[in-house]
Amino acid sequence: MNLRHLLSFGVAAIVSFGAHAQVKVGELNSYKAFPAFLDPYKKGWQLALDEINAAGGVLGQKVEVISREDGGTPGDAVRTAEELIAREKVQVLMGTFASHVGLAVSNLANQRKVLFIAAEPLTDKIVWDNGNRYTFRLRPSTYMQTAMLIPDAAKLKKQRWAIVYPNYEYGQSATRWFKELMAKAQPGVQFVGEQAPALGKIDAGAVAQALADSKPDAIFSSLFGPDLQKFVREGNLRGLFKTTVVFNLLAGEPEYLDPLKDETPDGWYVTGYPWNAINTAAHKKFRDAYEKKWKDYPRLGSIVGYSTMQTVANALRKAKSADTEKLIEALRGMEMETPIGPIVWRALDHQSTMGAYVGRLARKDGKGVMVDWKFAPGDQYLPPFEQIKAWRKD
Amino acid sequence: MTASAILIQFLNGLASASSLFFVAAGLSLIFGVTRIVNFAHGSLYMLGTYMGCSLVEYFGRTPLGFWGGVLIAGLAAALIGAMIEATLLRRLYQAPELLQLLATFALVLVIKDFALWAWGPEDVLGPRAPGLDGAVTIAGRAFPEYDLLLIALGPVVLGLLWLLLTRTRWGSLVRAATEDREMAGALGVNQGWLFTGVFALGSLLAGFGGAVNIPREPATLMMDLSIISDVFVVVVVGGMGSIPGAFLAALLISEIKAFCIGIGEVHAYGIDISFSKLTLVVEFIVMAIVLVIRPWGLLGRAASVARGPGTLEDPLRSPSRHLLALGVAVLGVLVLMPVLGDAYTLVLLGDILVFALFSVSLHFIIGPAGMHSFGHAAYFGLGAYGAALALKHLVPMEAALFAGPFVAALGAVVFGWFCVRLSGVYLAMLTLAFAQITWSVVFQWDSFTGGSNGVVDVWPAAWLGSKTAYYYLTLVLATAGILLLWRMLYAPFGYALRAVRDSPLRADAIGIDARRFQWAGFSLAGLFAGLAGALYAFSKGSISPEVVAIPRSVDGLVMVLLGGIQTLTGPVAGAAVFTWLQDTIARNTDFWRATLGVIILILVLAFPQGATGMLRRRFAREQS
Repeated sequence: MNLRHLLSFGVAAIVSFGAHAQVKVGELNSYKAFPAFLDPYKKGWQLALDEINAAGGVLGQKVEVISREDGGTPGDAVRTAEELIAREKVQVLMGTFASHVGLAVSNLANQRKVLFIAAEPLTDKIVWDNGNRYTFRLRPSTYMQTAMLIPDAAKLKKQRWAIVYPNYEYGQSATRWFKELMAKAQPGVQFVGEQAPALGKIDAGAVAQALADSKPDAIFSSLFGPDLQKFVREGNLRGLFKTTVVFNLLAGEPEYLDPLKDETPDGWYVTGYPWNAINTAAHKKFRDAYEKKWKDYPRLGSIVGYSTMQTVANALRKAKSADTEKLIEALRGMEMETPIGPIVWRALDHQSTMGAYVGRLARKDGKGVMVDWKFAPGDQYLPPFEQIKAWRKD
Repeated sequence: MTASAILIQFLNGLASASSLFFVAAGLSLIFGVTRIVNFAHGSLYMLGTYMGCSLVEYFGRTPLGFWGGVLIAGLAAALIGAMIEATLLRRLYQAPELLQLLATFALVLVIKDFALWAWGPEDVLGPRAPGLDGAVTIAGRAFPEYDLLLIALGPVVLGLLWLLLTRTRWGSLVRAATEDREMAGALGVNQGWLFTGVFALGSLLAGFGGAVNIPREPATLMMDLSIISDVFVVVVVGGMGSIPGAFLAALLISEIKAFCIGIGEVHAYGIDISFSKLTLVVEFIVMAIVLVIRPWGLLGRAASVARGPGTLEDPLRSPSRHLLALGVAVLGVLVLMPVLGDAYTLVLLGDILVFALFSVSLHFIIGPAGMHSFGHAAYFGLGAYGAALALKHLVPMEAALFAGPFVAALGAVVFGWFCVRLSGVYLAMLTLAFAQITWSVVFQWDSFTGGSNGVVDVWPAAWLGSKTAYYYLTLVLATAGILLLWRMLYAPFGYALRAVRDSPLRADAIGIDARRFQWAGFSLAGLFAGLAGALYAFSKGSISPEVVAIPRSVDGLVMVLLGGIQTLTGPVAGAAVFTWLQDTIARNTDFWRATLGVIILILVLAFPQGATGMLRRRFAREQS
């Protein structure tokens, strides 16, 4: 065998190896910082991955997911993403939770020209002000979820509103959108008090008292997690909710609702996920499979994880390639099914039209549940095209 | 605010003060006697809450079950604290100062993962206190009964502690040891038992403080770090080691917070001020003011001069020929790295170089200059933000890279002027306060700094855009920075700094203006930390307030201590080991925090002088 043979043999080996390589997806998330949300999320995408590979994978290959802890900070997350791109040679990135981490990874994806499916971050900026060609986002954003609560809020014709929000971007933009959209929906509405406790450090008794002192007819809150739990307990104890109706973003998500148990406040308007009451065929199938695999019920994070993984698989199928540019073209305008209904990946801003459930809280057997809920489709709660075009710089 | 609103907010403040006081009193006791800055104190508080929740559910929601659960949770925390002291910290009393801090930091990591393993990821909202689950009407408003009990409980515990410390023999011994540890030991006080006892009592207070808060505070995995900074502030504002001081400070801070919330938004002279947002940082503003006016806290006293093996250090020697050769070899390998390693190796090495520069600049002030800084992230962050914002405001990237360190140095000049007027742990806490104030400005000033999201899209200029080019830029600047800092320590300037550290009086006697030298040292360290921050910003493409936050400062300390504070090369080794460990462990294990903690503990126990300190000793022994 002469040198030329050897060389061509080597090239052939490399080419054939390449053809049989698995489709590699890099997944990164702040599992240690937000375990309550991300543990179900991980179980969600693992279930989807099992289903995808059991059905033969995509492009005739098995899909492999390389999952990483992103450290919960932009700096560490960017390094993790670099490792996935440079060393693991993943074709797609997916994941992230907090807005600032999502934005940092999204920016890196743009710089390195790698496709990034942002799963959890709620910030509007990731698809609007800071949107870029390489980033797509699944969950309904802060704007969308706030907008979903507006029709009910305006219907009540309450004049004086007090607002409480965790003092960082998510809470700030929820508050901003709520004020803007309410002023439009109900001219003359007044905002009489505003409390912005630091995330995770609410002094709930004092905040509840200060809100009561502003004599509101209604309260808009974007608290979640421990802040929400403390606020609910103090508000219940101090009778704050007897006279005021409360609208609270996200409070119907099992991740945040379940810990409230017998403190669950009656009648709050929330966005969330009533997992045990959704009986569409698609959701039933998902719930059964999830419960069978994990011996646990799904949370909203499970839906997000499952749908993100399915998005990647669908995009690969539609593009018939793992090439980044082809994947982007495939994703733009791609329609697909999720356990909570069909979604479209909008070509305009790379936001999916995934919706959320809007309903009211109630106590049942010492547990919090959502009642009187309806599904709010995401595409009906987005700002006009022209507005988005003005925000997006590309 | 109406009169009744003022009354209720005052009561709210009192109720919050009580549990804060319990935890702070425990930390203060421990510090007073053992001089350990115990990071794990917040973890014991967290364990107290978790254990309390479980015990109350187990015993049943009756008054007896509730209070039994709370007490047992406190006692369990005491037991854990005693075990930590007896098995771990006792081995470290002879080690350099601050090394115990590293050990307690490792414990924080281990305990956090233990709690995740034991109680799962979901927050646990404990039950209301049986029998005290309603509200009473005060001034026409509903006020929780349980809060009234807490208001009473604070002074009761203060009284009990006061009796224990002033009316019992054990209390006298504790006070004697707080006053002068060595003298108490010389007079025959069994230090081992005393320390264990104090640690148990301190931990009891932490655990009890956590458990008694069950009706007000859900158990979460974040509460350990959330409380520890509050408690540090309380202890320092009150005066380290002073129990009444801790009570006063807890009261002061809780009341100020309650009234910030009560006042809410104020519109005056066309400006809107949100006092509610001020709660983010108000405690640190209070601490900075108190420390500037009363350098030992409200009720504290000037610390006695510490004696003992931890404070004496060998003079700096010129590096041996072997060491120089090793340094050149390492540098040679680093230069060849773009050929030897893959693209990710360059990313990781870039991070290591940046953190090496950061930790060398930190070591510059805490080692040779003897100023323990807990807030070095302020200058890293100012450098990062200075560079990023300069770029955003249309300065070319090459110029922005140097704007960062300039901003950081400016910050260090201002903050340093105040800091060098203090010493010991008070200086450390003032640096922390300034760092937190910087953090809150960065976090809050949305229109300029991008708020919590930070600054996105700050990439190097095109010619530095490739990984290799940026790696070489980092290598050149970080190495130059490190070498400059080291060189300065061998210059007369460095000798003067060490003279001031070792004997301020004698340094003064030979005409060294101690404060001026310390100030200059502090500012220089800030400058180079800022360079590290600027390099970091462009390597990541985006930065957020985390570059200024407490964990960044703590990481810096961990790197310095892990490598060994007594050698110059230690911080470089520490930065490399810590960054590499974090990267590798996080990738390969689920419970990576606990794994990292255990590794640090093993390193601390095996090499109390730090990794390089151990090497140097062995080397010195062989030569002699």
